[in-house]
Amino acid sequence: MFLGVDIGSSSSKAVLINPLGEIVGQKAIQMGTGTVGAKSVEQALLEETGVKRSDVLFAVVTGYGRMTYPGCDLQITEISCHAAGVCFSLPGTRTIVDIGGQDAKVIRVDQAGRVVNFGMNEKCAAGTGRFLEVMARVLGCRIGELSALAGKSQNTVKISSVCTVFAESEVISQLAAGAKIEDVAKGAHNSVATRVAGMCNRIGVEEAVAMTGGVALNQDMVKSMAAALSVPICVPESPQTIGALGAAHFAREKYGRL
Amino acid sequence: MDKKISSKKMLKEMMAEHYSDALKRKAEGKPVVWATSIIPQELMEALDIAVVYPENHAAAIGARKDAPVFINHAEANGYSVDICSYARVNMAYADILESEAENIPIPDMILSGSNICCTAIKWYENIAKKFNIPMVLIDSPFNMSYDVSAESVKYIRKQIENAITQLEKLAGRKMDYDRLKEVMKVSNENAIWWKKATDLLANKPSPTNGFDMFNYMAPIVCLRGNEKGTRLFKTWYEELQANVDNGVGPWQDQEEKYRVLWDGIACWPYLKDTYVKLKSNGINVVTSTYPESWTLLYEVGDLDSMARAYGGLYVLRSIDYITDRLSALATGFKVDGIVFHSNRSCKGMDFKQFEIARRLESKFGVKYVFFDGDQTDPSTFSLAQYETRIQALVEMMEGNRQREVHGI
Ligand code: SF4
Repeated sequence: MFLGVDIGSSSSKAVLINPLGEIVGQKAIQMGTGTVGAKSVEQALLEETGVKRSDVLFAVVTGYGRMTYPGCDLQITEISCHAAGVCFSLPGTRTIVDIGGQDAKVIRVDQAGRVVNFGMNEKCAAGTGRFLEVMARVLGCRIGELSALAGKSQNTVKISSVCTVFAESEVISQLAAGAKIEDVAKGAHNSVATRVAGMCNRIGVEEAVAMTGGVALNQDMVKSMAAALSVPICVPESPQTIGALGAAHFAREKYGRL
Repeated sequence: MDKKISSKKMLKEMMAEHYSDALKRKAEGKPVVWATSIIPQELMEALDIAVVYPENHAAAIGARKDAPVFINHAEANGYSVDICSYARVNMAYADILESEAENIPIPDMILSGSNICCTAIKWYENIAKKFNIPMVLIDSPFNMSYDVSAESVKYIRKQIENAITQLEKLAGRKMDYDRLKEVMKVSNENAIWWKKATDLLANKPSPTNGFDMFNYMAPIVCLRGNEKGTRLFKTWYEELQANVDNGVGPWQDQEEKYRVLWDGIACWPYLKDTYVKLKSNGINVVTSTYPESWTLLYEVGDLDSMARAYGGLYVLRSIDYITDRLSALATGFKVDGIVFHSNRSCKGMDFKQFEIARRLESKFGVKYVFFDGDQTDPSTFSLAQYETRIQALVEMMEGNRQREVHGI
């Protein structure tokens, strides 16, 4: 068995694959680096699949918390792992838009799933999952409800501030002025999409485009992103665990080669 | 001076002397000029006027991680966070007049060159106003054309002549044009040794790590016009040449696995961190666009030629020129990748980076990475983010190698 662990800023993910590269199990929990999240996700996955740790031949860790996670054989950046993961689940992908808890990335890959080029958000949490978390809190909904809410929007509100903190006060005043929460939710999606689209265009968008990361679970967000880029966007079955899947594939590839 | 003294030791001593000498001269009642870093220093050297470079001083403060005190002071005085942090540090220093890094004397005149950036104009106007002293500006237009135009040369030359007149007043004597010629000769010689030394890094393995080059930037800024500089850069060159001859690489404990070009100013507050992360990945910086700006070569005794050199700095050039220049560096130094320091302080140098990166990638398939930082302000840099980006660069450079080896 081969294990891939992805420790993000706000969640931890793990994927097990067998020597044929088939997924044996995958898991995500909402606890990121610096917490017990990574260890627990690994344990939970092993328990759930009935795989013993000693059966894991090689393990690769990725993500923001990769440097400090013990017990893996190798650490690889989330950039390469996302590329590898997408290459396996959505072959033919050339551009990956990955929006995670505290960063947003655009990754261009070649036919072999290797990174050609990438861009990441700079300086702040604008255009990331954290922005949406803050918006959900202001709107009084759960992050998982944003998609359905935004889907109902008839009259999208424009959020002009890219700074998460300023956008929060902007939204509060808009709500106070009578804006509907679904319109604000859609505005939040568009704000993230515009910000990330700027980065995509800088790197250059080549089709097919896939979206990964926890934020890709939000269907309306994917819609906003596709509209901002004017291209269709595919989402893998389990967008949140793509980095871990890529890590598991690297584990399989590197086993015996290092 | 003892022949065997290492260039590193020389550098330290000479820089300490540079600062103490300026303070001493001020104490003796002699005039001191504050100048921008790539100014015709030849004029002051020839007139024997002490000159200090606030950018260099601010970098020294930044490297000690002392900048926040100054930055906060400047911001409290109303200066925006968006202003170059060298400017913020220096404008605060002009108030505080005390730093643990070094101290510089209060100026009697400002000589500012817009060839480095436009920030330098307003920054020094404020300093001149604060101390109620004259400011002389040498304005250099941005070169829309590929080369420096004849009009620009004329325009800059006139201003150099004006600067001479103003400096003569300050010095209380006339310019000795034979002496100026001598200084021009020394300055060119120093630039040549500087270039010869830094060019040696094109060897594989490179005879030193490129961060060393950043250390030698203080003297190329401050000692470019005098014989001390010649001694120093010549010694450095000889040391590097000896390494090349003996096949000595940048590190004793490690091989040079990847060679990169560093674009932008060093991230002084995190010089060690940025270096260590590169080294731990086997990455050596072998060349950089920034230090090259001091390779100022012109015809000795010819003010037009001098004007052309100062007006033709890298930052004043079009994207086409810069792309060609970077392409030449990338191939000449056989680099595997480029690290772009996206430094929000220095707009002129950094805002074109995205386009340059895009052009270079499509031209050579060279891999590059951007990281956020600042030359002095420690608050904009994140080590974890830097680490991820550098590691991703390694993974991409490896991908390139695989492609070369396996042809896929
Ligand atoms: S903006 Fe750039 S060139 Fe101008 S003073 Fe600051 S660092 Fe130097």
